[in-house]
Amino acid sequence: MKFSRIIASSGEWLSGDGPHRNIVVSSRVRLARNLREKPFPGWAKKAERLDVMRLVKDAVENLPEMADSYSENLEALSPLEKQVLVERHLISREHAAKGVGSAVVMNAPQTLSVMINEEDHLRMQAICCGLQLSKVFGMIDRVDSELESLLDYAFDSSLGYLTACPTNVGTGMRASAMLHLPGLVMSEQINKIVNSVNKIGLAVRGLHGEGTEAIGNLFQVSNQTTLGETEEEIIGRLNRVIEQILEHEHNARATLAQRKAITLHDQIGRAYGILSHAYSMSSKEALNLLSVIKLGVDLGVFPESARFPVDELFIETQPAHLQKGAGTQKMSADERDSLRAAIIRAKLQNVQVPDIARLKEKTPEPEPEDHDE
Amino acid sequence: MQCDVCQAKEATVFLTQIVDGKMQKVNLCEACSKEKGVNDPTGFALADLLMGLGAAQEIEKSPGALKCPVCGFTQADFKKTGRLGCSACYGVFAGALSSMLKNMHKGTSHTGKAPAALQERRERGERLRELQDNLHSAVAAEEYERAADLRDQIRRIEAGSAA
Repeated sequence: MKFSRIIASSGEWLSGDGPHRNIVVSSRVRLARNLREKPFPGWAKKAERLDVMRLVKDAVENLPEMADSYSENLEALSPLEKQVLVERHLISREHAAKGVGSAVVMNAPQTLSVMINEEDHLRMQAICCGLQLSKVFGMIDRVDSELESLLDYAFDSSLGYLTACPTNVGTGMRASAMLHLPGLVMSEQINKIVNSVNKIGLAVRGLHGEGTEAIGNLFQVSNQTTLGETEEEIIGRLNRVIEQILEHEHNARATLAQRKAITLHDQIGRAYGILSHAYSMSSKEALNLLSVIKLGVDLGVFPESARFPVDELFIETQPAHLQKGAGTQKMSADERDSLRAAIIRAKLQNVQVPDIARLKEKTPEPEPEDHDE
Repeated sequence: MQCDVCQAKEATVFLTQIVDGKMQKVNLCEACSKEKGVNDPTGFALADLLMGLGAAQEIEKSPGALKCPVCGFTQADFKKTGRLGCSACYGVFAGALSSMLKNMHKGTSHTGKAPAALQERRERGERLRELQDNLHSAVAAEEYERAADLRDQIRRIEAGSAA
């Protein structure tokens, strides 16, 4: 498969459906695995990395799940192409910094991706729309079970799967959900929530994981520990916490709609006004304003048909996607900002002006409890 | 008070976090707190920071210059990177790692998924141990008929694992 085909379709996790999808943008589970007694990628010499890569890549490419896959060595990708994959959460920022001796294999719907020689020999992930961590774990668990008969995994009966960093040892699993929490941010409750989630040993991070800023009211919640609990226990704990966060978010939105209706109308109206009339827009400003529009869709102020175009803009307005979509030579930041504004203006032409009256009719109510647990 | 990270400048940022009922404290100077992203509470978890510090301190305590015979990784390398060299390093640095893992995780032993071949061996081992315990108690209680039956079961399982 060619890179251009990956670019052309937006990936199933963006367009798909799933429980609580209005708030839970995506669910992701990543497993770290290594080969027995082979130096970890950070310590291996180039020749050793290449040996491991060939071995692993061959095994991964031949999996039935990877029948229609995109597979590439990282040195063959331009910095821009790598960045596109980062923006889609298909590879990590750390992996994008790698070159010779590292590779990536992903399936056509972009729900499964395997990073070879990131921090560990294998970092495989599954990603889906909405809150469905158990299903996503099942997808990647199957891939892992198939690979274990082909590769000699480093596993210790008391420490579990052995990883380059001791923080991942045991299950080697990091399960995370990307949450859109404008209600908690606007009502200034988000810090309280982040602190209490941190206290129970879970991590809350920004859009692109560790050390990144929370822009566009997007937050990633994930497990911090990997040893001493089964995969199911970790996911169960995470699910319970996420459900509580969702409840708080619903409550915050209901309270805003009732008590601070004017502020809410004003914010949605301004976001729409700026996005549909601006001629230069930074990535950060775009995400923050698009977040308010997305909230407007959730509250019924914009028609449901606006949901997909708005969600798409979250990805399309990221720097590498803009650059790639433009297909020109390297653009300056100013040129990108102006192109970004143009793309948003064009897309919002098909989204009618916010109908504030509809917000009053619709009191936000909790979604039905029909997820996969 | 000195900064826990650079050990040089005066600490001006004091953080306390409670994880699973255990209080963790860290003192940082302004430069290190910026570098670690402490000013941005959403991108920062104290545990990450403490883990990094803990790793370096724990490894310092272990005596002599340990070196992994498989990959040549030393304790100095671990101190520098916070990562290990290969899977065999877990055995080499087990002493220093065990207390570190205890602080880092919910438990000290893995209870989750195991590769299927190992899982079978694990289950067979558990079954054998159980049968042998029963055999001992049967012999002690002079229940020889039950003991003979248990002995046969044990033999069958052992023959199965040899095959």
